[in-house]
Amino acid sequence: MNTFRSLLLATALAAGLAGPALAQQKSDPDNPEANATWQQMRSAMFQERTITSPADAVLTLETPERAQDAAIVPISIRTHVEQRPDRYIERVYLMIDNNPSPMGATFHFTPKSGRADIETRVRVDAYTHVRAIAEMNTGELFMATRFVKASGGCSAPPGKDMTAAMASLGKMRFRVEGEVEPGKPALAQLMISHPNNSGLVMDQLTRMYTPAYFVRRIQVSYAGEPVLSADVDFSISENPNFRFYFVPSGDGELKAEVIDTNDLRFETVVKVDAAGT
Amino acid sequence: MSPHAHRLRCSLAAIALAWAGLGSAGPVTEPLPLEEIAPGVHIHAGHHATWPGARGDRVEGDVANLGFVVGERCVAVIDTGGSPQLGERLLAAIRRSTPQPVCYVINTHVHPDHTLGNAAFAALEPRPRFVGHARLRASLAARAPFYREALERELGTITREADIVYPDIEVERTAELDLGGRRLLLQAWPTAHTDNDLSVIDAASATLFAGDLLFIGHLPVIDGRLVGWLEVMDRLSDLDVVRVVPGHGAPTADWRAALDRQRHYLAGVRDGIRSALAGKRTIADTVESLAETGTEGWLLTEDFHRRNLTAAYAELEWED
Repeated sequence: MNTFRSLLLATALAAGLAGPALAQQKSDPDNPEANATWQQMRSAMFQERTITSPADAVLTLETPERAQDAAIVPISIRTHVEQRPDRYIERVYLMIDNNPSPMGATFHFTPKSGRADIETRVRVDAYTHVRAIAEMNTGELFMATRFVKASGGCSAPPGKDMTAAMASLGKMRFRVEGEVEPGKPALAQLMISHPNNSGLVMDQLTRMYTPAYFVRRIQVSYAGEPVLSADVDFSISENPNFRFYFVPSGDGELKAEVIDTNDLRFETVVKVDAAGT
Repeated sequence: MSPHAHRLRCSLAAIALAWAGLGSAGPVTEPLPLEEIAPGVHIHAGHHATWPGARGDRVEGDVANLGFVVGERCVAVIDTGGSPQLGERLLAAIRRSTPQPVCYVINTHVHPDHTLGNAAFAALEPRPRFVGHARLRASLAARAPFYREALERELGTITREADIVYPDIEVERTAELDLGGRRLLLQAWPTAHTDNDLSVIDAASATLFAGDLLFIGHLPVIDGRLVGWLEVMDRLSDLDVVRVVPGHGAPTADWRAALDRQRHYLAGVRDGIRSALAGKRTIADTVESLAETGTEGWLLTEDFHRRNLTAAYAELEWED
């Protein structure tokens, strides 16, 4: 975990935002700025820089209105600017204000990403704003926000079957979708079997908290060049799933490397044949 | 909380106090209404609603079926209700029905509408033994903070960590409990509705307490493994019992038909998701495209169908 994110997590935990105390965090659906966690993160990360929001010409965020299953809330960040070498989206931050670790993910893109779109799934228990913030290589900042209501029923963010999750740990599925054409952004999906748990659970026998155990880093390259890297944590759902773009040129391998908090490394490769089309 | 809601809550509290004052000394706990469906087998029927519901809507966490079985020596409780207050009301109902002490409290699975009343029984002397699936403890530990938070957020009910009561007897496969001349047969299942489903058969009356392995009326809710649940249902239909108490909905002798209806819904979800996956549809598209199908005749579909589709997609996308 990078130092910056550690700091944010430590701040959130110290402020008592973790676990059941979440209920005390207030969010106003109509005013995304009115949230103490967001204000802290904003000043720590971006100081007084201007953040344009909404910024539909740059990025939009799709979420369900309600977290149907608190453990699996699909999130789609769509960007609407070309990744050109002179001006491109360098980072996209995914934040969930009222989660125990509000900074769910930081995605790093390059011009070779083609598009800085990301789809994934997150855990959401409390009523909260979800934010996607795009940081351009020029330093400009754009933000899309959505308010997500907590689940109505008895669903909760922890995974459904920890024993099964541990049994298939590290299994991955990686594929490229649709026709692949040289020079045109292609969509890829990376699935990682991992419990991705928060560690915010007290063992009732030992009275100790179980250590957090989650995927913390993902690096994807195409033909040896980075196209996506991400710092992520347990706000991402069990069995992390990412959909993203890269630009194929000819023959080349799309390679994903995943590192978890126990420093286990998982690797998977998919051959991309864009030359023949 | 809005000022209006606050006033409403205060006036309800005032009514409750006034009512309590009408009885003899001490606060009155209104016993939950019961039905004796077989000799010594008592059921409280929960409302068809989502847990925990909202303040003052009469549901207040009372959504699951609760039951107890009376033996010659003692009583076993099967699920305790969606809040400590409901547990107290269940206990009051038991006290009115039988002088026998409560010796076992069985939780059919982790969900809050079945477990949060445990606190009322943990205070009894002698303390009954709490019984659950071998995986109940871990699941409850992980979820209890969120359940407590939801109770506070939606009902204003504050609970303590000690109100979450964990099993003393953890069932790996099967277990038998003796209530004095009356045996309960417990079976722990592989992951189905949840990863900690435990069913109970009262041998004397051939009654199966299925917990949420069977829903009637209330749309079935997937919080474990859809494919596993369908397999467990096949095994349930082989059981030799004359009636089934579902986790939600009316107890019935026609329980195989109820299992068929549930199988129809769950298999429909499975097949719809599999064909969406074959068509490379995303999770969000899939949920939207199937949101209006397969729910005819069920209640609470707005609350649970999309959730089921979401959970089923995340499970089935890993199939070979």
